[in-house]
Amino acid sequence: MTKLTVFAAQIRREEMKEFKELGFGHIGGSLSITDTIAALYGDIMHYDPQTPLWEKRDRLVCSKGHAGPAIYATLALKGFFPMEWLMTLNKPGTRLPSHCDKNLTPGIDMTTGSLGQGASTAAGLALALKYDKSDSRVYLILGDGECNEGQVWEMALFAAHKKLGNLIAFVDYNHKQLDGTTDEIMNLGDIGAKFASFGWFVQTIDGSDPDLVVAAVRTAQHMQKDRPAMIVLNTIKGAGVPACEAIEFNHHIVCGPQMADEAIAELDKVIGGTEGV
Amino acid sequence: MFKVIYNGEKEKTAMKDAFAASIEKLFKLDPQVVYLDADLMNSMSTTKLRKAYPERAIDCGVQEANMVGVAAGMSAAGKKPYVHTFGPFASRRCFDQMFISVAYAHNNVRIIGSDPGVTAAYNGGTHMPFEDVAMYRAVPNAAIIDIVDSVQLQDVLIRTKDRPGVTYIRTPRKNSVAVYGEGSEFELGKANLLRDGKDITIIACGIMVAEALKAAQILEAEGISAQVVDIFTIKPLDEETVLACAKKTGAIVTAENANIIGGLGAAVSEFLSKKHPTYVGFVGVNDLFGSVGAEDYLRKFYGLTPEKIVEKVHEVLTLKNQ
Repeated sequence: MTKLTVFAAQIRREEMKEFKELGFGHIGGSLSITDTIAALYGDIMHYDPQTPLWEKRDRLVCSKGHAGPAIYATLALKGFFPMEWLMTLNKPGTRLPSHCDKNLTPGIDMTTGSLGQGASTAAGLALALKYDKSDSRVYLILGDGECNEGQVWEMALFAAHKKLGNLIAFVDYNHKQLDGTTDEIMNLGDIGAKFASFGWFVQTIDGSDPDLVVAAVRTAQHMQKDRPAMIVLNTIKGAGVPACEAIEFNHHIVCGPQMADEAIAELDKVIGGTEGV
Repeated sequence: MFKVIYNGEKEKTAMKDAFAASIEKLFKLDPQVVYLDADLMNSMSTTKLRKAYPERAIDCGVQEANMVGVAAGMSAAGKKPYVHTFGPFASRRCFDQMFISVAYAHNNVRIIGSDPGVTAAYNGGTHMPFEDVAMYRAVPNAAIIDIVDSVQLQDVLIRTKDRPGVTYIRTPRKNSVAVYGEGSEFELGKANLLRDGKDITIIACGIMVAEALKAAQILEAEGISAQVVDIFTIKPLDEETVLACAKKTGAIVTAENANIIGGLGAAVSEFLSKKHPTYVGFVGVNDLFGSVGAEDYLRKFYGLTPEKIVEKVHEVLTLKNQ
């Protein structure tokens, strides 16, 4: 166990508490991206929980906005807002809506949820920061199903043409979209090769290991120069909660108390007495 | 303050040149201003800006959806984007990106849709936005401004620099009929009374303002006293002025270069039906698609003429006086 794998387990534990309280949610895709979120907030990104709008922060645009619960758990653990907020997910008047909203949640850098749109807003942030000669970087998380959207490919062309060397994107390639596997519904083929052909610096890694994610980001930062970078994450939808992984259509599912409690107990064991990041 | 100089003649300055000059003025005025276009700089006289300000005049290629999202992201990083493309692409083509990434996300972007309605002329039906006004009216907190002439365009572009949310500006690219004198200033959300009258009010916007002034001259010769209002800000509607006009003249005709469904006429009558029920006649496009042709031909085809306004005034006055 490393500090980051423990941190990922801590995030998953809080996610499962959120879903247990609500009784359902976008569980599969929140869990599959958790190790990358742990890497970003546990090591890579510069940010200040006391000053969420700190000008020199790095930005994260989670374009697959339905993974909000994973980010909320992380932001709470990092002290952006009280842990109790996690029990308000999707409840009336909440600051934590199902999809990310920068005007409601401290630490969320962009409002997302209509798939494809975070791709362009991330490119806009990167372009503006580049224009300002800022050292801040922009991290973008795309879903694999989201890459069906034409807007993603408009951005892919744009980011390479505008030489956005301060943009690092991920595709959470859990190989499942809402209606089935990506192979069945809309085959992405060799998605890494596609981005490479657009002029991106591309790596493909095991997205279930946060330390590998950190290493890949460091490589990207070193190698990308004036190119946008893509890290294709091979992941499992529902990762870290075997009962969720086992469900065929696990994009948005019911989370009964038994499923949640079993997952939380298992994650407790992983975390043990160790401290995460 | 504004000065009316209408005599039916066209301006010497093309709207697109006024647009380019205004963007350059904005660049000098505020280092946060950026301008994005979707491969239509050459159509908007702004190619020279791309050369002079390569980091601030950004050609996004033929990617309207991505362009609006990029503008939203730039706004979130403190920039003040002005985005231009033809009206149909500035509305239909990027509606969800404008709605979610800009409006819903509380980013601040000015979207300029050029060649509104029949001014798309020879580009034809695919390029002819009649429905853009209705679409933008349904966006919470959006402002919609229908430009009359180059004097108004220049002032409005400067004036909207710090306006929060979505600001949609529809403007022709060619020379418009001169209505306002140099140096005229405009208050967003405040309609201008261009001509006083007592029998009826013609509330117009965009290219129909000059047509309304012409109609008022025809009506004067018939002994009908028509007042003319330029309601260049379609949303938010200047309810105070509309109400005052309704109370004063007891009858209204609206004139717009757009579909009357969801357009200016709808906005005026929706408001009046709640506050002061008044006979309203609508001059505008009657739920039709665009088509190709010379602008003069299209104005007649869709009924966007002084004669049509006069005809509608007669209809409404008959109702008022029965």
